[in-house]
Amino acid sequence: MPTPLVVSDVAKSFTMHLRDGIKLPVIASVSFSIKAGECTVLGGPSGAGKSSILKMLYGNYAVDEGQIIVMHDDGLIDLATASPRTVLAIRRQMIGYVSQFLRTVPRVSALDVVAEPLVERSEDRESARGKARALLAQLNLPEKLWALPPATFSGGEQQRVNIARGFITEHPILLLDEPTASLDARNRDVVIELIAAKKAAGVALLGIFHDHDVREAVADRIIDVTAFAPGKIAA
Amino acid sequence: MTDEPLLRVSALSKFYGPRVGCDNVSFDLWPGEVLAVVGESGSGKTTLLNCLSTRLLPSSGTASYRMRDGQFRELYRMSEAERRFLMRTDWGFVHQNPADGLRMTVSAGANVGERLMAVGDRHYGKIRATAVDWLSRVEIDEDRIDDEPRAFSGGMRQRLQIARNLVTGPRLVFMDEPTGGLDVSVQARLLDLLRGLVTDLGLAAIVVTHDLAVARLLSQRMMVMKDGRVVESGLTDRVLDDPRAPYTQLLVSSILQV
Repeated sequence: MPTPLVVSDVAKSFTMHLRDGIKLPVIASVSFSIKAGECTVLGGPSGAGKSSILKMLYGNYAVDEGQIIVMHDDGLIDLATASPRTVLAIRRQMIGYVSQFLRTVPRVSALDVVAEPLVERSEDRESARGKARALLAQLNLPEKLWALPPATFSGGEQQRVNIARGFITEHPILLLDEPTASLDARNRDVVIELIAAKKAAGVALLGIFHDHDVREAVADRIIDVTAFAPGKIAA
Repeated sequence: MTDEPLLRVSALSKFYGPRVGCDNVSFDLWPGEVLAVVGESGSGKTTLLNCLSTRLLPSSGTASYRMRDGQFRELYRMSEAERRFLMRTDWGFVHQNPADGLRMTVSAGANVGERLMAVGDRHYGKIRATAVDWLSRVEIDEDRIDDEPRAFSGGMRQRLQIARNLVTGPRLVFMDEPTGGLDVSVQARLLDLLRGLVTDLGLAAIVVTHDLAVARLLSQRMMVMKDGRVVESGLTDRVLDDPRAPYTQLLVSSILQV
């Protein structure tokens, strides 16, 4: 199986300038790779740096040290040092991301929030909306909500809109930050099905799942993030 | 997507006597890209915008713009007439106060039509039809076309100013606090409209704002300015979610949560 993403010796810390410049190391010496058609899961307790790893892979957090090598345009690119413009191109073509919370935009309907990633990729608006409808129906979001902006939706409803928005594209790599956290059992099962379909399509998935049953159902491999605790190597 | 930027800015500085307006600013802007310039009052962001749009000449540095024929031209070496032509055709400038960008005593339709006539359109029926189309795109009812902007609300005036700027199909639009001074509900509508237009038309834009939420909604890239200098730049979500410069951390941590 191809390996579309390789992480090697990545380190991340936060310097809090408003607190006398104290440095908070988050993780160090992070090295792993993910494979097409597999779902790799980041395991470990809260605060171990799982979300920070996902955010670095998406270019959302800066990387202090190390490399994140991604296949892009028939070549290899180091995301850790890529220009903003290159990161945007990689997000467009290679890496999708389902965040923990939906960032709502005023006045945009749930249906268009979901369809937007396809429209941005030059897909016809009506065909994008058709795919969005199918996903929202699969995720059991009541049809009467589709035309409304999701700002006033419940946590579970917003999360389903967010999942649909993340799964609608055909990115070869998909990052999932606790996509099932506020879902009921029925919708958790739908997400498990969606992940299985992505695997079958050859997508490389990397996710964080606190729910034991979901993790059992989707994980091909679990990486224990506590192994990357800062100071561990030096000690 | 083209491989060449639309605008190349190198070591641009503007001094007002001993005072610094903006100091040593460099960046490239590509077609379809929205760059937000943030910072508080006096940080030099408006000086930078005015230099880039050639409303102000810099003390030193260069900016070159890729013309429609693909050739780069040095902005500060163009003649006044050439710069005015660029301003009227290929560029737009959306002012914070719509009264600065509109003619308040001629009709809404004429405000939009005037820009078309400036690029050589002479057919009255065609100009009016285009004006009607643009008014509807910025959600102004057709029956207001003969009203003067003096009779419009602040939000409507701002939408009219946007229509006036976009009607000639510019490739680059400068915006100075485009949502400043508007009620939040009006601001939301305007932001949504701008987001849609920028995506649909593939516009490049440089948006000056002190509102980080506006920057997040509209831009892909961001520059943070303080005392005339760029203290941090990068992807908008990276700068806002993982601010590295002390001043950016202060700005981000000062946002009020609702």
